[in-house]
Amino acid sequence: MNRHEKLMELPTQRQPVKFYQTGTFTVGNRLLPENLRSVQADIGRTNSLNSGHRACQGCGEALGARYAIDAAMRATDNQLVAVNATGCLEVFSTPYPETSWQIPWIHSLFGNAAAVASGVAAAQRVRGRPHVRVVAQGGDGGTTDIGFGCLSGMFERNDDVLYICYDNEAYMNTGVQRSSATPPGARTATTPALGREPGNVSGTGKNVPLIAMAHRIPYVATASVANLHDLELKVTTAMEFHGARYIHIHVPCPLGWGSLPADTIRIARLAVESGLFPLFEARDGHVSARTPIRRKVAVDEYLKLQKRFAHLFASPAGRERIALIQATADRNIEEFGLLEDEATRG
Amino acid sequence: MDKPFAITLDVGSSLANKTGSWRAQRPLYVDRLPPCNNACPAGENIQHWLYHAESGDYEAAWRALVVDNPLPAIMGRVCYHPCEGACNRGQLDAAVGINSVERFLGDEALHRGWKFDPPAPSSGKKVLVVGAGPSGLSAAYHLRRMGHAVKIVEAGPMAGGMMRFGIPKYRLPRDVLDGEVARIVDLGVELELGRKVSDIHKAMQAEGCTAAFLAVGAHIAKRAYIPAGEAARMLDAVSVLRGMEGDDKPMLGRRVVVYGGGNTALDVARTAKRLGATESIIVYRRTREKMPAHDFEVEEALQEGVLIKWLSTIKNMGDEGTLTVEKMELDDKGFPQPTGEIETLAADSLVLALGQDVDLSLLENVPGLEIKGGVVQVGANMMTGFPGLFAGGDMVPSERTVTVAVGHGKKAARHIDAWLRGTAYVAPPKHEIAAFDKLNAWYYADAPKTVRPMLDLARRTSTFDEVVSGLNETNALFEARRCLSCGNCFECDNCYGVCPDNSVIKLGPGKRFEFNYDYCKGCGICVSECPCGAIMMVPETN
Ligand SMILES: Cc1cc2nc3c(=O)[nH]c(=O)nc-3n(C[C@H](O)[C@H](O)[C@H](O)COP(=O)(O)OP(=O)(O)OC[C@H]3O[C@@H](n4cnc5c(N)ncnc54)[C@H](O)[C@@H]3O)c2cc1C
Ligand SMILES: Cc1ncc(C[n+]2csc(CCOP(=O)(O)OP(=O)(O)O)c2C)c(N)n1
Ligand code: SF4
Ligand SMILES: [Mg+2]
Repeated sequence: MNRHEKLMELPTQRQPVKFYQTGTFTVGNRLLPENLRSVQADIGRTNSLNSGHRACQGCGEALGARYAIDAAMRATDNQLVAVNATGCLEVFSTPYPETSWQIPWIHSLFGNAAAVASGVAAAQRVRGRPHVRVVAQGGDGGTTDIGFGCLSGMFERNDDVLYICYDNEAYMNTGVQRSSATPPGARTATTPALGREPGNVSGTGKNVPLIAMAHRIPYVATASVANLHDLELKVTTAMEFHGARYIHIHVPCPLGWGSLPADTIRIARLAVESGLFPLFEARDGHVSARTPIRRKVAVDEYLKLQKRFAHLFASPAGRERIALIQATADRNIEEFGLLEDEATRG
Repeated sequence: MDKPFAITLDVGSSLANKTGSWRAQRPLYVDRLPPCNNACPAGENIQHWLYHAESGDYEAAWRALVVDNPLPAIMGRVCYHPCEGACNRGQLDAAVGINSVERFLGDEALHRGWKFDPPAPSSGKKVLVVGAGPSGLSAAYHLRRMGHAVKIVEAGPMAGGMMRFGIPKYRLPRDVLDGEVARIVDLGVELELGRKVSDIHKAMQAEGCTAAFLAVGAHIAKRAYIPAGEAARMLDAVSVLRGMEGDDKPMLGRRVVVYGGGNTALDVARTAKRLGATESIIVYRRTREKMPAHDFEVEEALQEGVLIKWLSTIKNMGDEGTLTVEKMELDDKGFPQPTGEIETLAADSLVLALGQDVDLSLLENVPGLEIKGGVVQVGANMMTGFPGLFAGGDMVPSERTVTVAVGHGKKAARHIDAWLRGTAYVAPPKHEIAAFDKLNAWYYADAPKTVRPMLDLARRTSTFDEVVSGLNETNALFEARRCLSCGNCFECDNCYGVCPDNSVIKLGPGKRFEFNYDYCKGCGICVSECPCGAIMMVPETN
C-alpha cells in the first residue's frame, strides 16, 4: 500500500472513512488493521533510541527522535545511517562507551552535522550502496545557528540527506542559553526576566523551515511530538524523495521551559492548536499541505504551563507582549490557512 | 586488543544504565469504575460488554452482559437507562446509546438462539422463588447458574409480572418477553404457574427449601375517595392494563380521563388512545416538572395526542359522565393547594393511576418481619427479618423499576448462595470512579449519537406496534464504538507510544501492557496521555 492509498484508508479528521472511536489520534487501536497503525504501535518497532539514555524525565527531544528515526527505519527497510550534531540528543545517548542507538550512528562536531551527512551520502554512492539512506539530526542551536552554513550548503547542493531539527527553542545541553529559535518573551539563562523587555526580545529570530523552502529543495515539513501520525507520515514521505530534505520537529523541554515532565505532549499540542507552531509541508519551495487545527486555543493556554513565560503574566507590559504573541499565532493561522476544513495534504 | 585506532573499550548498551532509580513516583495500570457501570441498578459491566461489541463480537458482548442481567432485550426497551445519564460521553457530545446497543444484543441473541452457559455442577440445594416478575426471574437465573435447584411459584397464568400485566405491548412486544423467559426456564428452572402462595412457611416446607426469595411486586391499586354516582365508570390502571392481556379488551369509551402523574398514568392514557378514545386526558395535581413520569414518556404521549391537565384534582364524578375538577396552585414549599376554581370535564370513564400497594397476605404468619410504609424491610443482603427469607423488587423499598428488580434478584442470589453454604457474601471493593477529569478527551473523535428511528406517528396511535425500533448492525457498531472505555484499558497503544524511555512493554492483543520499572523515570506522560484514565501515579515508597 503506498502512502496515498494509506491516506484514503486512514480515518484522519479529513477522511472519516470508518469510525474507530480513536486511532486517528491515539498511537494505535486494536480495531484498526495492522498496516494502518503507527510505527510506534508496532510491537517490533526499532526503538532506535533505547532505554537507559540519560535524557531528563519527560524529554520531548528523546521522544521526537525515536518517533522520527523509527519511522525512517521502517521507510528504508532499516537501511539507515544517522549523523548527529552535538547537543542533548548526542550527549544523553552516548556517554562513551555506552550508546542508546540501535542503528549505525556517527557524531562529529556541533556545527558540521549537515556536512558530515553529505559526506556519508557521497560515500554510500561511491561504494555502490545508494539504498543506504542518510539522516542528519541536531538541536535548534546546532541547526539554526552554528550548523547553519553547513546546512545551507547541503540544501544548495541538493545532497541526498534528510536533515531533522529537534527544536526545543534554546541551547539546552549547556544550560538553556538563547538560540535564534528561542521565542519572544521566553526567559533563558542569557535572556533573563529583567529590565524593560524581560526575556527574549521580540521581532527577531529566524524561521528555518521557510529558509529551507527558499532553497527550493524537494521537501520541507514541520512536525510535532503531539501529532504522531502526522510526524510519521512526513518522515515516511521524506524518505520517498532523494535530494536535500528538511523536517523541523517541535519538542518541549521540561527543564528549559520550566514545565511539568508529564505535560510534554500536552504543551506541544497547545503550541499546534494555538497556531504558534503551524504544521505544514512544502514541495519544491511551495507550501503543499497544512494540518488543520482541531480545537483552537488562546496562546495563554500554551504559555501559562511554562515557567519561562511566567513573568509575562505578572505585569501589564507582559500582557502586551502576550498580545503580540497572540498576534503571531493569528497571523500563522491566517497565512497557512490552519482553520480551513479543506486543508489537505498533497 | 583488536580494536580500531584510539578505541579502548567495547561498545556498551545504555541498557546498563538503570534509569528507574531516578523515579520518585511510579505509574500503575488500574481499572477504574466507569460511571455507567456505577449507575446501573442491575450492576451491569457496561463498558466491558461494549468493549466486545466494539470489535463486532456480539456474542461475546451478550455473554458478558448476561453475567449480570438475563433480560437484555427487555432492558433495551423498558430500562430508564440511568447509565446514559451518567455517561462521560455526555460531556463531550451526547451519551453513548447504551440502551439501544443493549437492545440490539438482546434481539440478536433471540434471533440467533444463543443459550446461556450451562449452570455450575449441582449444589444439592433448592431455593423457592415466589413471583415470576423481573426480580424473581433474575434471582432464579442467578441461583440456577450457581448450581442450585430453583422453583418459581407464580400466581398469574403467565410469567413476567408487571412486564406482562403492566407495561403495554407497544413498548414491550410479548414475543421478546416470552423469548427471554423461556431461555431462563431452559436453564432448568422449574416454573409453576397459576398458584398463589398464601403461606410462605408452608410453601417452603412443601418444597423442602430452607431459603426463599420473595418478589411478589405491588399489585393492589391505591384508591382515592372520589364521590361518584351509581352509573359512573371508575376503574384502576392496573386492572385496565392487565385486561389488555386477555381477549376482552377493557371498555373505556370515547372520552377517557386518567388520574395520576406516574408512568402508569401515561401508559393507560396512551393505551386508551390506541383503543379508540377520541379524548384521552390525564389529570394531575402538580406541574410537569414535578411529575414522576419520565420526560421522554410525557413527550411521546403528547405527540400521540394525549392531553394533560396540570395542577388539577378531581372532586367528584357524576352519573352522566361529568367530572368536577378543581384548579390547584403550588405553595412556597411546592405543594398543590386548592384554589376553589372549578371546571367540569366530560368523561365516559375515569381511570385511577395512583400507585400500587403490596399484597402481604402470604407473610401473615412470619415472625420477625419489619413492614414500613407498606413494604417489607430488608438488610443490605436482601434478607428480611426472618432468617432464610429474602425479598426484592417492588415489595421492598425501591424505585420500582424493572432494572432495580433485576438488580435485587442478582444481589439476593449471591447472598442466598452464601447463606446456603453457611458463609457471608462479601462484595469486592468498589474501584474509584473514572470521572470525566480522569480522561484525556483529546483523543476521541467526534461522533454524534445515533438516534433510533421513531415509528411514524400516525401508525403509532392506532396500533400496538412497537414505538421505538432498534439499531441495525452498522449503527450498533458505530454506537458501541462511541464508548470512551472510561477507566479501562482498550489497548490504544498510547502509553506504549508516548514513553520517552521505552519503558512500556506491549504484551500483545488482549494482554494489555506492563511497565519496565528498570528504566521508567516516572515522568507521567503515559498518565497524561492515556485517553481513558487507566493509569495512575503513586509515590515510590523507598
Ligand atoms: C404500567 C406500568 C408500567 C411500567 N413501566 C416500566 C418501565 O417502562 N420500566 C421499568 O423499569 N419499570 C416499569 N414499571 C415498573 C416495573 O414493572 C416494576 O417495578 C417491576 O415489574 C417489579 O418487579 P417485581 O419482580 O418486583 O414484581 P412484579 O413484576 O410485579 O412481579 C410480581 C409477580 O409475583 C406474582 N405474585 C404476587 N403475589 C404472589 C403470590 N402470593 N404467589 C405467587 N405469585 C405471586 C405476580 O403475579 C407477579 O407475576 C412499570 C409498572 C407499571 C405498573
Ligand atoms: C563548537 C562548539 N561550541 C560549543 C559547544 C558546547 N555545546 C554543546 S551542546 C550545546 C548546545 C546545543 O544546543 P542545541 O543544538 O539547541 O541542542 P539541545 O541541547 O538544545 O538539544 C553547546 C553550546 C560545542 N560542543 N561545540
Ligand atoms: S463512555 Fe462508555 S464507559 Fe464511559 S460512561 Fe459512557 S458507556 Fe460508560
Ligand atoms: Mg535546543
